[in-house]
Parts: sequence; structure tokens; C-alpha cells
Amino acid sequence: MMEILSQTWPWYVSGIAVSMVLFFLLWTGKEFGTSANLRVLVAALGGGKYSDFFDFPWKTQMWNLAFALGAVIAGYVTMQFIAPDPHFANISQATVDTLNADYGFNLTHGEVPMLPEFYQSWKSVLTLKGFIIIVIGGILVGFGARYAGGCTSGMAISGLANLQLPSLVAVIGFFIGGLVMVNYILPYVTNLP
Amino acid sequence: MKNLKFIIIGFLFGITMYMTEALSWFRIFEMFKFQAFHMYGIIGTGVVLGLIITWLFKSGKIKDMDGNQVKINDKAKTWPRYIIGGIIFGLGWGLSGLCPGMVFILIGTGNIVFVIFLVALLIGTFLYGALRTKIPH
Repeated sequence: MMEILSQTWPWYVSGIAVSMVLFFLLWTGKEFGTSANLRVLVAALGGGKYSDFFDFPWKTQMWNLAFALGAVIAGYVTMQFIAPDPHFANISQATVDTLNADYGFNLTHGEVPMLPEFYQSWKSVLTLKGFIIIVIGGILVGFGARYAGGCTSGMAISGLANLQLPSLVAVIGFFIGGLVMVNYILPYVTNLP
Repeated sequence: MKNLKFIIIGFLFGITMYMTEALSWFRIFEMFKFQAFHMYGIIGTGVVLGLIITWLFKSGKIKDMDGNQVKINDKAKTWPRYIIGGIIFGLGWGLSGLCPGMVFILIGTGNIVFVIFLVALLIGTFLYGALRTKIPH
């Protein structure tokens, strides 16, 4: 049993789980949107003193922080009790070849770690490469998610499922940004020492 | 503990995202290179099943837990924020390989680098709040 559980779970398991989350949140009168938590956290940290965007009754959003807490606990439990050690990402041979040829990686198919080396220790934030990926990357994701009004869960899943044209436009934006980054900018970043 | 049910649903979300590798930087890279169906399968199944679920609630076939009709607000139709904000999010997603939900799961693994990443997310969120009135929506 544990052997089956510790292999890569099929994509439809997550697809079904995501739709169950959506069902449950609609049933409880909420909306699925993970990045909304970031606004709640900034508000809880006193952001309302600097911008009225953070001056809202954030305590009504405790349910969403509870959702995030559940995700944190899941990370711990999965790592400790379900995921194999070492845990490999089961990515395609084509992806391994692309990363090795153009992105400065030295990976072996079937032995690709779940996390690239720049996510394996906090010390990588002290390197230029790690700083760009972690700090600049995080700021872009946080800024963009609020500017667009949602991230993958709120726009790509809930918004498209509700046939919202603005969500489709945002998801097209996600892919324009992602494709430009991965194809034209990322090689210069990952090839840094 | 009325929030316990949300902790449980967040746990379900976290465990499946972890074990389907959706929190791996490599999976997001692979998605943007169109080299595997995996991530499209996750998002696509979520959207297709989500369409049915959303329709069941909006049409009133399913009520919420208190027996009330569920009302989902339409998103405002002002375009610059979706296209510009979407592109900025996508640039960050392609670079960091992480969307906000995955960061919470990864913090649970005890790796401090993801706490630093969360701080960067909060800085980005704060900057948006501070600049909101000066950028086109």
C-alpha cells in the first residue's frame, strides 16, 4: 500500500481533489482563492496603516488562513509519512534533456530531485541566481496575483469553471508571462553560478 | 473550531498537490515547455469538474450548507489588470515555478527558503496595495 502511495500520484487525483475543494468552498459559501491569503496576511501584519487596500475586516477571512494552515500541515505529514526519501520528480526525458542542454542543469532521468538545488537551502538566497528566483520571483508572483485579482486557484480553476472571460484573459496573461520567462529570460538566470 | 473543516480541506489539497508533484519547479518548467500533459491534466480536470460543480450551484440544484442559493459574483470587465497583472504573475510563475498555494505546502516541509519566498510574496502583495491607485486597471 505505502509503495503505491509513495509513487507519483496520477494527475486526475489532483484534478478531482481540486474540484472537491471547489465544491466544499462553494457549499460553505466561500470562494477558492489561495493568493487572497497573502492580502489577509499583509493586513494582519498592519498593512492597513500604509494602504487602504489592506484596511478591511481580515478576521472574516480566517477560514482561508485555516485552509492555508491545512496545506502547511499536509506538507509536513506528506514529507514525513508518505513521500519516499529521496523523492524524485517524475518529469519527462524531453524536459531533462532541455534542462541539461540549455539551462545549465546536470540531471539524470528518473533521479530528478523534487526541488532544484536553489530551493534546497535558504543560503541560495545569498547567490545572485537564488536571489533572482526566490526574491524577485516571489515579488512578481505576489504583485501579479493581486493585480490580476487571483492566481491559479482563483482564476485558472474557479474563474474558468464559472465561465468568466476576465479569468480567461488572466490565464492567457499567465501563459504569455510564463512562456516569455521560460524561453527567453530563464536560461540567463539558471546558467548563473 | 468552525474552521477545522477548512484545515481538513486544505490538508486534502496539500497532500494531493505534493504527491502529484504540482509543487515541483520542474513540473512548472515542463508545463511551460509543453513537454508533458501532467499539469494540464491537473488544471484541466479541475476546470471540467469545476464547470459542472459551479453550474450545479448557480442553477440552484445544490444549495449551500444553510440551504441558501449560492451567488458567485462576476469578475469586473476591466481588461488592463487581467492582461498586465496576468503577465507579471506568469513571469514570476515561470521563474520561481511556484504559485501561492504550493508555497504553504512547502513551508510545511520545514525548509526556511520557502518562508523567505512567502515574505517575497507578501512584499509583492504590499507593493501592489501601495501602487494600486497609480497603475491601470
